[in-house]
Amino acid sequence: MNDILFGLGAIIFGVVLSYGLFWVLNLLFNLLPQKILDRIQWLAFVIPALVLVTLVLVLPIIQTIVWSFMNARVTEFVGFDNYVKLFTDPQFLGVLLNNFLWVLVVPAITVAIGTAVATLSNQVGPTREKIFKSLIFMPMSISFVAAATIWSFTYAYVPPGRPEIGILNSLLTAAGGEAQPWLTIDAGRLNSFLLMAVLVWLQVGYSMVIISAAIKAVPEETLEASRIDGANAWQVFAKIILPQVWGAIMSVFVTVLILVMKIFDVVLAMTGGTFNTSVLALEWYRVFFQGGQIGPASAIVVVLFILIVPLMYVQITTVKKQEELR
Amino acid sequence: MKTLKNLARKTNFGSTMGLLLLVVIWSIPTLGLFITSIRRRSDALVSPWWEALLNPLGTVWSLDAYRNSLESGMLDAVFNTFAVTIPSTILPLMIAANAAYAFTFLNFKGKEFTFAALVGLMVVPLQAALIPVLRAMVEIQKTFDIQLTGTYASAWLVHSAFAMPLAIYIIRNYMLTIPNSLIEAARIDGASYFQIFWKLVLPLSMPAIASFAIFQFLWVWNDYLIAFIFVGRDNPVLTYELLKLLGQYGQGWQDVAAGAFISLIVPLLVFFGLQRFFIRGLTAGSVK
Repeated sequence: MNDILFGLGAIIFGVVLSYGLFWVLNLLFNLLPQKILDRIQWLAFVIPALVLVTLVLVLPIIQTIVWSFMNARVTEFVGFDNYVKLFTDPQFLGVLLNNFLWVLVVPAITVAIGTAVATLSNQVGPTREKIFKSLIFMPMSISFVAAATIWSFTYAYVPPGRPEIGILNSLLTAAGGEAQPWLTIDAGRLNSFLLMAVLVWLQVGYSMVIISAAIKAVPEETLEASRIDGANAWQVFAKIILPQVWGAIMSVFVTVLILVMKIFDVVLAMTGGTFNTSVLALEWYRVFFQGGQIGPASAIVVVLFILIVPLMYVQITTVKKQEELR
Repeated sequence: MKTLKNLARKTNFGSTMGLLLLVVIWSIPTLGLFITSIRRRSDALVSPWWEALLNPLGTVWSLDAYRNSLESGMLDAVFNTFAVTIPSTILPLMIAANAAYAFTFLNFKGKEFTFAALVGLMVVPLQAALIPVLRAMVEIQKTFDIQLTGTYASAWLVHSAFAMPLAIYIIRNYMLTIPNSLIEAARIDGASYFQIFWKLVLPLSMPAIASFAIFQFLWVWNDYLIAFIFVGRDNPVLTYELLKLLGQYGQGWQDVAAGAFISLIVPLLVFFGLQRFFIRGLTAGSVK
């Protein structure tokens, strides 16, 4: 009950605060002579956003770039030292390899399963479609930490002597195998792939929703025409549907790609980066929060940033293209 | 004709089976943790969860884990999460809506450039700005003796700023569909730009704002990083507490399982209650 009251209070507080802010700004602006007012009226609406973005985004980013050329306590410049150290450190190269594997595996699988679900669910009638989709989409709404909890339990390992309670190990022992401490096995980066499964589990819902919307927008006439011409189900999918939803698939692919580049919470919660599972964003977190090394941590972020920029460019052009099509 | 119908039914059956298999795989991990959370501790330690599922009448069900979890900090965490999330949703939306209004309906020099620069900031990974912001807050604390880190307000500030580029972009896109003649007519009737925004444009933009609000609400609710850095252990939120519990699972899965589901209740309610809006927001927000 208290929570509800507090929630309402917070909502009222938020609205009143923001209304008051803009009300005061407009009041001040209206004191100006009309001629000036006409020219700078816009500022009354834009100032809060610009101030916020400048102080909390733009200036800090510049600061981070500058710091990436400084030592751990940011007392003096060290040139490219931080970067040189990163790229000559085998452990960091291992981290980059992990990020590369994530990028290679997760977006492709996510899009493939998403497309499959979207296509199949289009054929089972509205009621079933709704239920199936809701269940697959559900993980989308939960936090990465909660997902990591759910999957840590799935991969749980109990040392010999007591019954296995994690489903993966139970299935294995039931099939005659031996239980494994999955998340500690880095042979072939097996543990990293198990972490990737969590992200696929989380993101397939998103991929399915976007691609499903695109499939529903495919004009019925084109499907009809191809069927009359004798195309089978697979041909209809590959030759008629797929080309028309390709834009949506690409946009999902790039979105998931960007998300995967920045992956952090899942790895932190499940392995903490141990057993060679660390990724860029987690390295940043460790170097700063556990090592207190500001310069090197900043350099890691800049590397991440440089890797993301081209992806973002691709994303914005695909989004624009889709908007033009609409 | 008959064979065609048969074929349709067959693919339909195959599709249903395929989907059913996938849905089962998708749900098992969650189901397992949920069942564990409602069993007795002594049972959950020695027998796998599906034994309880297969024998529901012979199992002792118990909500003790939830009580434990709530008493050991989860209840405070629910409260803290609301306190972080609600203003972090409303403030950026209001600020972004005002800015989007100026970018849509007011003419000024450098408008296109400013807007493009703002939208370009979507590129930036959060981590690129966090350390300087944190350090600046600590500096201010030292100089003026005001507590900033560890408070809700610092999280509101950071979440608001990070939401800004995407929020302005989405809301402006929606506002572009409002005819300009409407605003001009209101101007002729003597309304100020301020009045036009609050009485005309804001209500008309509600669909876009509502979609983004749900998106932002879930994003902040589920966020770990910003909450960890700026609120931390002073006012621990759900993700923070849950991670702490997960780190201690040597004591059994009970409490962490219950904790996970406590943290899930609100997102799931939002999700099932507002699925349509959520999906719309997601479609629009695919850039984040």
